[in-house]
Amino acid sequence: MAKSNIASFICGILFSIGLGISGMTQPQKVIGFLDVFGEWDLSLAFVMFGAVLSYLILQLWIQRNFSIPVLGGSFQITTRKDLDRSLIIGALLFGSGWGLGGYCPGPAITSLGSGSLNALLFVVAMGIGMLVADRVISPMLSYEIVKR
Amino acid sequence: MTEFEVLMPLTGGVLIGISASMMLLFSGRIAGVSGIFGGTLFKQGKERAWRLSFIAGLIAGGVLLYIINAEFFENSSGRGLLAVTIAGLLVGIGTRVGGGCTSGHGVCGIGRLSLRSIVATVTFVLAGMAIVVLVQSFYY
Repeated sequence: MAKSNIASFICGILFSIGLGISGMTQPQKVIGFLDVFGEWDLSLAFVMFGAVLSYLILQLWIQRNFSIPVLGGSFQITTRKDLDRSLIIGALLFGSGWGLGGYCPGPAITSLGSGSLNALLFVVAMGIGMLVADRVISPMLSYEIVKR
Repeated sequence: MTEFEVLMPLTGGVLIGISASMMLLFSGRIAGVSGIFGGTLFKQGKERAWRLSFIAGLIAGGVLLYIINAEFFENSSGRGLLAVTIAGLLVGIGTRVGGGCTSGHGVCGIGRLSLRSIVATVTFVLAGMAIVVLVQSFYY
């Protein structure tokens, strides 16, 4: 097995443990965070704060000290700065689904490990949604998808 | 406003940030889960393998969390199977069209101070809030 696959696997485990500890795998907490006019639960703001701040510092350190990734290849980072309608329409649709189900992609996939039927349906539907987006919707919006 | 936690969310968030940084350090990749998951559907060979490995890691971590404490996956949201299915469709379409989700735009993008990601994150959080307020007012 290639080293990069092992690194990805370990990162995936660490990522999901972070999601679990922070409460992101509990849909009612996500919904509680989004429910600004109800019983607003601020907890998830601290997840965002911790994740963004640590990534901000570490990625700066990485960019300053490494010209290429440790396992070779190159840093694959988008440098787009334009704001197009796809970005806004996509974010609106994603946010609506996030609020409706209480899941975003990472926590939903992590929750597959608990055998949750809700998470399974969500992930299957998400895959279908992505196919629909690539085959039908993106050509309509006529733009290039940012491949990550 | 209800009581909120600080320490656990902060710790979990930092772990997520460290994991995403490790992806960048070792493989030079952005740890955007929607993009990685999408890549397992649309890409082949090596490009698919590292993405599948990351997704497998997420699920393995989920199993581990479940063994440690099933309460990590408590779901008292009241959202039924139809709601989560529609939600999944919207999330799949939205992340593909908008180029990212909470991790790619929200964490990695904002962490790089990308304007696109900041705008996307503000937009999807506001959309999420609007839908939650709407749904809650219908059902409760």
